[in-house]
Amino acid sequence: MYEILEKEKWHDVIYSMRVDAPFVAKVAQPGQFVILMTTEKGERIPLTIADYDPEEGWVQIVFQTVGKTTTELAEMNEGDALFSFVGPLGKPSEIDKYGTVVTVGGGTGIACVYPITRALKAAGNRVIAIIGAKTKELIIMEEEMRKASTELLITTDDGSYVRKGFVTDVLDEVLQREGDVKKIWAVGPAIMMKVISDVTKPYKVETIVCLNAVMVDGTGMCGSCRVTVDGETKFTCVDGPEFNGHLIDWPEFMNRLRRYEKSEQHALERYEETRQCGAK
Amino acid sequence: MPEQPVEERVTNFNEVPLGYTEKDALYEAQRCLQCELPTCMEGCPAEVNIPGFIEKIVEEDFAGAYSELLKTNNLPAVCGRVCPQEEQCYRTCVWNKKGKPIAVGRLERFVADWARRHNRHEAFPRVKKKDRRVAVVGSGPSGLTCAADLAKMGYDVTIFEALPKPGGVLIYGIPEFRLPKAIVEYEVNEIKRLGVKIVSNFVVGLTKTVDELAKEFDAIFLANGAGAPRFMNIPGENLNDVYSANEFLTRSNLMKAYRFPEFDTPIKVGKKVAVIGAGNVAMDSARTALRLGADEVHIVYRRTREEAPAREEEIAHAEEEGIIFDFLTLPIKVIGDAKGNVTAMECIKMQLGAPDDSGRRRPIPIEGTNFTMKVDMVIDAIGTNANPIVSRSATGVETTDRGYFKADEKTGATTREGIFAGGDIVRGAATVISALGDGKRAAKAIDEYLSSGGSLKKQKAN
Repeated sequence: MYEILEKEKWHDVIYSMRVDAPFVAKVAQPGQFVILMTTEKGERIPLTIADYDPEEGWVQIVFQTVGKTTTELAEMNEGDALFSFVGPLGKPSEIDKYGTVVTVGGGTGIACVYPITRALKAAGNRVIAIIGAKTKELIIMEEEMRKASTELLITTDDGSYVRKGFVTDVLDEVLQREGDVKKIWAVGPAIMMKVISDVTKPYKVETIVCLNAVMVDGTGMCGSCRVTVDGETKFTCVDGPEFNGHLIDWPEFMNRLRRYEKSEQHALERYEETRQCGAK
Repeated sequence: MPEQPVEERVTNFNEVPLGYTEKDALYEAQRCLQCELPTCMEGCPAEVNIPGFIEKIVEEDFAGAYSELLKTNNLPAVCGRVCPQEEQCYRTCVWNKKGKPIAVGRLERFVADWARRHNRHEAFPRVKKKDRRVAVVGSGPSGLTCAADLAKMGYDVTIFEALPKPGGVLIYGIPEFRLPKAIVEYEVNEIKRLGVKIVSNFVVGLTKTVDELAKEFDAIFLANGAGAPRFMNIPGENLNDVYSANEFLTRSNLMKAYRFPEFDTPIKVGKKVAVIGAGNVAMDSARTALRLGADEVHIVYRRTREEAPAREEEIAHAEEEGIIFDFLTLPIKVIGDAKGNVTAMECIKMQLGAPDDSGRRRPIPIEGTNFTMKVDMVIDAIGTNANPIVSRSATGVETTDRGYFKADEKTGATTREGIFAGGDIVRGAATVISALGDGKRAAKAIDEYLSSGGSLKKQKAN
């Protein structure tokens, strides 16, 4: 079983956990993810690996409560064990010495770009990191990101922290200011990644995004996570999760994200009802 | 064999054939001629002593019959249900000359079910433990069989499984109404009792490479299955309600989406569903869709009933349940709305021409016969490709152009000494029983390899 070694509540809806998973921690690399199940009756959900320690054998995940599984996960405590925790899945980020690169994280996507940012800097790149969220409280891992990058820029949608604006606005400014950005990584909600890809396209800078597709097994067996990239069908779980954002069929991808919207809504409502009953 | 009535069974996921009673079993067993030179066994990849276990049934020694089965086959309740007996023991039974062959599969199922109902645990003869470790990749029928046979010989065996539950295709692929999961669990637990260790949630190729395993184990058996679903590569195939059979069945069987919301994994089922293909997996998908509440389910197949690869029994069950068969029909486009919902499928009529490489007559489109069928869900059940996760982490183990492991037919030996392979990752999508047979042959070959002093650990690092 996969024990929760440490749990932190960062915000009403954002949690961080360190999970005991020595096999995964030993070989995890930036850009990879895990699939977990809270209980035997649970759903398999993919979560990006935010950090890992091969010596101590833990893997850190950061998540926002959006549906039944993440809500249930948030209610689990240190000492509890997850039913399933498998990984590391997907291809690692292509870390190399490029020169000047930019990493962009939106919301919990910040936790996903964190290990990429750190690895890029360690590889000798000049890394400009941009992180953003709706409001001040939702900005996570600021200190870690500051250390992991060469320069950290922060923005909030409502202007409650540092500056007002979307990460796309900041990225646009950075691209105008910097003559020679070699590569960009962007992780966040699908719509953010799509808009970023639109913004960077005229600059002709390769833009890597990390897709949060719906998955079941996560090992290439089911095809639930398929996405059209440059006219070809790819499986996010084994061919990704990172793809060139300029080549993705975004409308199709966003449609496929909504495949189970109604069921997800139903499961969450049902869960919240039973939970309230239990509390009485 | 008695079955659940059609009108009842299409509303539940309970098993369709109800199995023999003791009386039925005795009657059938007594028909067996106990041939001096039995031909039935020639057709059995599991090497079951068929007359031997049938004789025990006649003696009403069901425990004895179970022991006889387990000598060579550790998955009798599974095989009794899903083996294509008509191509194996039924076909080679002498009774074919002048009557009906003995229903070996039904008898096998009866004995295995009797043992499970009586919670019978076989006491295996104690063997001297051998100080050699074997890794088995994948816990489907091939891996389980190889592991069980090696454990019986005294080897220290560990199975690595990517999913949380062992059983492979027996758990995620074959539906409950054809193979109840409690049966698989029982037989897997019996294999664990032999001392086989099963490490779940472990993806060989990612969590650890085959090359790394080769440093820790004396021999490896690769039985990771075919895995990757094939699509038709026609426009509209990535619309929301187009599933691979793998996804549809995995959601329903492994994740128990048919019991949503008690289980968290959702599944969608349309009102009018088209399943593409006519193999066993297509029948399983169609019958699952029906049970999940579809009003109308079509099997769309480019050839005719005669060429359909599914077992006759499966096709007959599907027909009885009201699945509509559209033969000589090829989908050429899936049509959807702006939200990604499927609304229709464009097809073209086919005719059969001269035989192709497979010996089956090649289907040829008839120009100008395009038509549109209204459907709101499509399930592709047209086969699988090799999943490369395992093979790309195995240095020196060669694959064919299509990504399947090259393995010796008799031994399962791959191009790297000490590494063996079998099941669907060698054959492409085949049957449970052929995978099981591969596991048996590989176990023997691994024993020979290790007994003659071979060991992966002794090989120089690549």
